[in-house]
Amino acid sequence: MYIVEMQKVTKIFGELVANDHVDFQLRKGEIHALLGENGAGKTTLMRILYGLYQQTTGDIFIDGEKVTINSPKDAIKKGVGMVTQHFALVPPMTVAENVVLGYTDSFVLDQAAIEKKVGEAANQFSLDINPKSIVRHLSVGQRQRVEILKALYRNAKVLILDEPTAVLVPQEVDSLFETLDRLRKDGLSVIFISHKLDEVTKITDRVTVLRDGKSIGTVDTVNVTQKQLAAMMVGRDTFGVTRQTEINPDNKKILEVEDLCALDDKGLPALKNLKLSIRSGEILGIAGVGGNGQKELAEILSGVKAPISGVIKINDKNLVGKDPSEFSKMGIGRIPEDRHEGVVGDLTVYENLALEHLDEYSKNGFLDKQAIRKNANELIKNFQIKAKPTDRIRTLSGGNMQKVLLARVLSRQPEVVIAPQPTRGLDVGATEYVRQQLLEQRTRGAAVMLISEDLDEILSISDRIAVIYEGEIVGTINAQNATPEKLGLMMSGALREKA
Amino acid sequence: MENNEKPRWRLVKTDNPPFWVKPLIPVLALIGTFILTSVLILLADANPFDAYYYFLFAPLENKVSLLEILVKSTPLMITGVAVTYAFATGYYNIGAEGQLYAGAIAATGIGMSMHGVPAIVALPLMIVGGFVAGMAWALIPALLKVKLAVDEVVTTLLMNSVMAYIVSAILNGPWRDPNSGWPQSPDIAPSAVFFKLIPRSRLNFGFILAIVLIIILWIVMTRTSFGLKMRAVGLGKPAAKFAGIKVNRTILTAALISGGIAGIAGVAEVAGIHFHLIGEISPGYGYTGVIIATLGSLNAFGVGLAAMFFGLVDTGAQTLSRALGVPVYLGEVTQATMLLVALGVLLLQRYRIRRM
Repeated sequence: MYIVEMQKVTKIFGELVANDHVDFQLRKGEIHALLGENGAGKTTLMRILYGLYQQTTGDIFIDGEKVTINSPKDAIKKGVGMVTQHFALVPPMTVAENVVLGYTDSFVLDQAAIEKKVGEAANQFSLDINPKSIVRHLSVGQRQRVEILKALYRNAKVLILDEPTAVLVPQEVDSLFETLDRLRKDGLSVIFISHKLDEVTKITDRVTVLRDGKSIGTVDTVNVTQKQLAAMMVGRDTFGVTRQTEINPDNKKILEVEDLCALDDKGLPALKNLKLSIRSGEILGIAGVGGNGQKELAEILSGVKAPISGVIKINDKNLVGKDPSEFSKMGIGRIPEDRHEGVVGDLTVYENLALEHLDEYSKNGFLDKQAIRKNANELIKNFQIKAKPTDRIRTLSGGNMQKVLLARVLSRQPEVVIAPQPTRGLDVGATEYVRQQLLEQRTRGAAVMLISEDLDEILSISDRIAVIYEGEIVGTINAQNATPEKLGLMMSGALREKA
Repeated sequence: MENNEKPRWRLVKTDNPPFWVKPLIPVLALIGTFILTSVLILLADANPFDAYYYFLFAPLENKVSLLEILVKSTPLMITGVAVTYAFATGYYNIGAEGQLYAGAIAATGIGMSMHGVPAIVALPLMIVGGFVAGMAWALIPALLKVKLAVDEVVTTLLMNSVMAYIVSAILNGPWRDPNSGWPQSPDIAPSAVFFKLIPRSRLNFGFILAIVLIIILWIVMTRTSFGLKMRAVGLGKPAAKFAGIKVNRTILTAALISGGIAGIAGVAEVAGIHFHLIGEISPGYGYTGVIIATLGSLNAFGVGLAAMFFGLVDTGAQTLSRALGVPVYLGEVTQATMLLVALGVLLLQRYRIRRM
């Protein structure tokens, strides 16, 4: 009998099927990995189990009994605990206070008593943590331990960890794995959400692979290689790769990036000595699982974020330290990763189209409305934007919004095009359109950087593919030599290849 | 999990309110305000319909009170314009009150030393002086905002209290009236007084100034690239930054313009109404400016109309209190209720009711 069994669980958000008849079984006392790319439906499935979402159809059994979980409170009552990537701790409070928060039995809080109780619990589960410490003073790894203790203190029999290593430094990862190993021996069942193959093969007993919301299968970890897992995770065989021309190797290197280092929003290293270059008439695909530094790379190359060190050169001119408008003046065409952060939703289409080059569309500080309208009408026609110039941008569909952004950038014939996740969330037609536009830029002689988590996309239009993993380019290969398996291994840190 | 949940009425967010919603907003707001304030009017032993007649229609029936509406709306238009510059840029300047007093101090100081100087020199000097003073007072919170990301709502608000003490110190110290001993400055020079537009009324040049400021606001916001930059920053900071707009510089400029124009409101009150500085030059015009800018949807003509409406309700409250013997504070209560109801209606226009 399984401690948790999910049968044919389906979750639909609007038109998106996040989970499609997923079966999942968890044995008592095992560590079970839920493996898949971003958007494969791992977190959604676990949020259903933890009561954060309700499944559209399907059943959940705990200890063989059919259950309805409407809220995390229900889940906790049934012995399911979850540690998310964003910790739910109150920084100015002590560990003990955080652990008992919302789980106290009496009205009066006896500080000494709860510290003793929490201390005993920490001992029982061999979690090295001082109940009197203030959470604000703890490291990320320690805070995670508090979260685990919080779940165990509430008598969790099943512990869900959502990408627990994403926020940890390597030493903390080792210590987490030791803890998990011990808890497994004590009979705790753990669900380990991850997309890192080395971790999955290191710590888990079984692996269930999700892809596009469907369960691809469950395997015993000892019987499977990282290569096989990568294939299950990425799981595509053939590609319609049609590239008309080879790149002339004599083409000039237009964009060169060297030794680029940057921090993410939390102040952790996001890019480590990153190095790459793109020639004229070339599309460089940047493949990788989300959160490995792609966002920071795109922001830096758009001039929105400053690196801590490194060189960005366009035609041998350094760009580091310049502001976004200078980036675009020097020939970088920037498409934002988040469409909604690239347009001002409450301004009109024509205003958004002019926003990046206002100095050209004004005389003595007054807007040249005629020129702005003319420009807007032309771009709407040339880029097949289905909107009127006076429509507010937020009323446009995602595809048309993206066309507005493409039009604003590409109409200026930039020498370099930075396209991070340009087709994310677009329908088939719009996706095709965007890829076609990028190919046209390549034909025109621009250097195009395509950052994408969609391997199909990378493989179908890139000339070379660089794989980014934990802020580094772990290898660059020609698209002809690339297979999904090889890229999958590189993307999960299992293989490095120097070009 | 219940899959057979019964359909319920729900509020659903919609991006495109139907075209007939917009003109309905003031009507709905008025009806809502009427219903809510009626309770108070009944408690004051008056008939709500009578009361609203005095509020909204009686002041329009004779020339004297008609002019008074314009007089009362003058400072509100100016502070409304001032606040609009800041709010449109996403900088929440709640300090127009203090900036108004900064302008009033400057205007009084300059005005007192203009004896023998012709009006053509004195008036521009006072206006520019008031603008610079308001700007200077707005500078500290604006710098704190763009350099250290300190919340401007708190700092601009607190600066108002600081200014209140400064005014009090000046009036009890150097500028105390030598004859009466009241905390009241000496009068400004006759040439520094704003000329009357209509003899024997209080309507003066300040009203023209207010109208000009509204027209300039309209031109700046709709016709200039700086206006578009301000709106872009206010409506979508990340996108504005991405497009290469210098976000902090835009915010700083808007904050200073806002402070400067609030300073001009102080000039208009000193030179047009009081002719000297007293502690009670503004019964909260700076704060009402926030309400006016919000009710006017940060649109130049909306601001003008909202200010006129508030002038009307102010005047009406006095007529009402005289005619029906209810407290004059009903006017203020009505204005505040009006704001809350209007904000509620503005929020709800983005929703529609659907059965699902």
